[in-house]
Amino acid sequence: MSEQRKLSRSVRLTKWLVSSPPFLFLLLFFVAPSAIMVLASFRYPGEFGGLAPLTASDPNILQGLTLETYRFFFSEFIYSYVFLKSFIVALVTTLICLVMAYPVALLIARSPKKSRDLMVLLVILPFASNFLIRVYSWMIILGPQAAFSKMVNGVLGALGIVPVHLLFSPFAVLVGMVYVHLPFMVLPLYTNLEKHDPTLLDAAQDLGANAWQRFWRVTFPLSLPGIYSGAALVFIPVLGMFAIPDILGGTGDMLIGNLIKEQFLSTRDWPFGSTLSIMLTIAVLLIVWLAARLGGRRHYA
Amino acid sequence: MRRGPWLWAAALAVYAFLYLPLTIVVVYSFNDSRLNAEWVGFTWHWYHVLLDDHEMLLAARNSLFIAVSSSLVATLLGTMAGIAMHRYNFKLLTFMVLTPVAMPEILLGVSLLLFFIQVLNLTLGIVSILLAHITFSIGFVAVIVRARLAGMDDSIFEAARDLGASPWETFRYITFPLILPAVIAGALMAFTLSIDDFVITFFTAGVGVQTLPLRIYSMIKIAVTPEVNAVSTLLMLLTLTMIVLASRFAPDVLKGKT
Repeated sequence: MSEQRKLSRSVRLTKWLVSSPPFLFLLLFFVAPSAIMVLASFRYPGEFGGLAPLTASDPNILQGLTLETYRFFFSEFIYSYVFLKSFIVALVTTLICLVMAYPVALLIARSPKKSRDLMVLLVILPFASNFLIRVYSWMIILGPQAAFSKMVNGVLGALGIVPVHLLFSPFAVLVGMVYVHLPFMVLPLYTNLEKHDPTLLDAAQDLGANAWQRFWRVTFPLSLPGIYSGAALVFIPVLGMFAIPDILGGTGDMLIGNLIKEQFLSTRDWPFGSTLSIMLTIAVLLIVWLAARLGGRRHYA
Repeated sequence: MRRGPWLWAAALAVYAFLYLPLTIVVVYSFNDSRLNAEWVGFTWHWYHVLLDDHEMLLAARNSLFIAVSSSLVATLLGTMAGIAMHRYNFKLLTFMVLTPVAMPEILLGVSLLLFFIQVLNLTLGIVSILLAHITFSIGFVAVIVRARLAGMDDSIFEAARDLGASPWETFRYITFPLILPAVIAGALMAFTLSIDDFVITFFTAGVGVQTLPLRIYSMIKIAVTPEVNAVSTLLMLLTLTMIVLASRFAPDVLKGKT
């Protein structure tokens, strides 16, 4: 009996020893900062940036907690506009990624088993280079001196259209977003397509379905769970992205991420920056919830 | 297997889209011209410029130091987290480990900035970057270790215990050797994530300290020269080596999530 108790005590001790270091670390450096950010969104900005003190003897200094930042967020049209624009950019990026990822994922899934790993690796490899390098590469391609820009403007000129500036435009931002996030769509899609039973397509063919019908009525519906998880993996990081609009976009191409960055580093209005971050968090949670609901509805049989 | 010519053509076009931009970066790092516009002739010039760039070398040293130290700590904590998540079904810990991985990076960056300055009163620099990098790397290591454990038969651990092994002995002689490939893959992943990280470093670095990505960012924003291409090419080589190593230790890591 005492042997048994000693054992269960040592099991509990092990559990505590293994779990507590990562638990405490993340409690301190993930949970606490998130909680501070929620709190900060209800504070007043400090005189010299940062946060105002919670209590102060001088009655002229704004102090305590307030809903002011949230009121401001909803009263200024510009913030809702930037949020809406970010949603549209994220949606368009996700759709383009889907259209581009599908043939790749389908080809890999229908290739012989031996070559699949290599083909997947080839999708991931460019993704392993530094994020900034991948964005920078499009600065070169879309730059006004580059062959690609000259070609595009040559074609436009021949059609009698005024030349366009490709870099520092919404177009450049979209290209960068798609380029950086494409593998996030290919991988879950491939994982799903790989599991499809090829005899389903044979059956559809025997029943008289042509290639088009086989795709839209068999392959595509079955791949929806893969599409939903890929879409979440693309949509969420795009929604919070600040570096790509910062590097490839013009002054008018600000997204939520740029607003947040500006509040924290330039304007130094931390309560409002926190409010924007909380709104972004809520948006992300909504997306996750939606993806989970849509994905959960049809399980791949 | 239905792989029509249209499918091939579309897929190859996408592969080209993935590789062409990076190829251009590498090729222009050898181009004898200040502009990344036309091929003029071959030169090592930009690599010489790079080796004489003290700020860049200092940034590289910082990046390397941060990547090595943060990946060591993150590997230790992440391995513990992975084991705890697998063995104890510790829901709260699982949530705390996975959320930072799934959220947009900027959120972790700004909340840590707030926390370091407002609560810890810490001067931003190497220490704050290190803490931030450990925080976002733990989840990746934990996921890899947990995946390895999930693929194993738990009865071997029970067998070890039945034969009288203490929890420590079970870990030392059974669990650890079995999860070692995943631990190494996790460490390499944490190293790569750290040395590549831009967003979270951007918010937690302060003004005094530069890392390689921060330096690249300011060069891209202010004055682009093919020196950026040269440092990019070298960085790609380094990451490529890491990927190849990681894939040797845990081949299935690459197929899962990053």
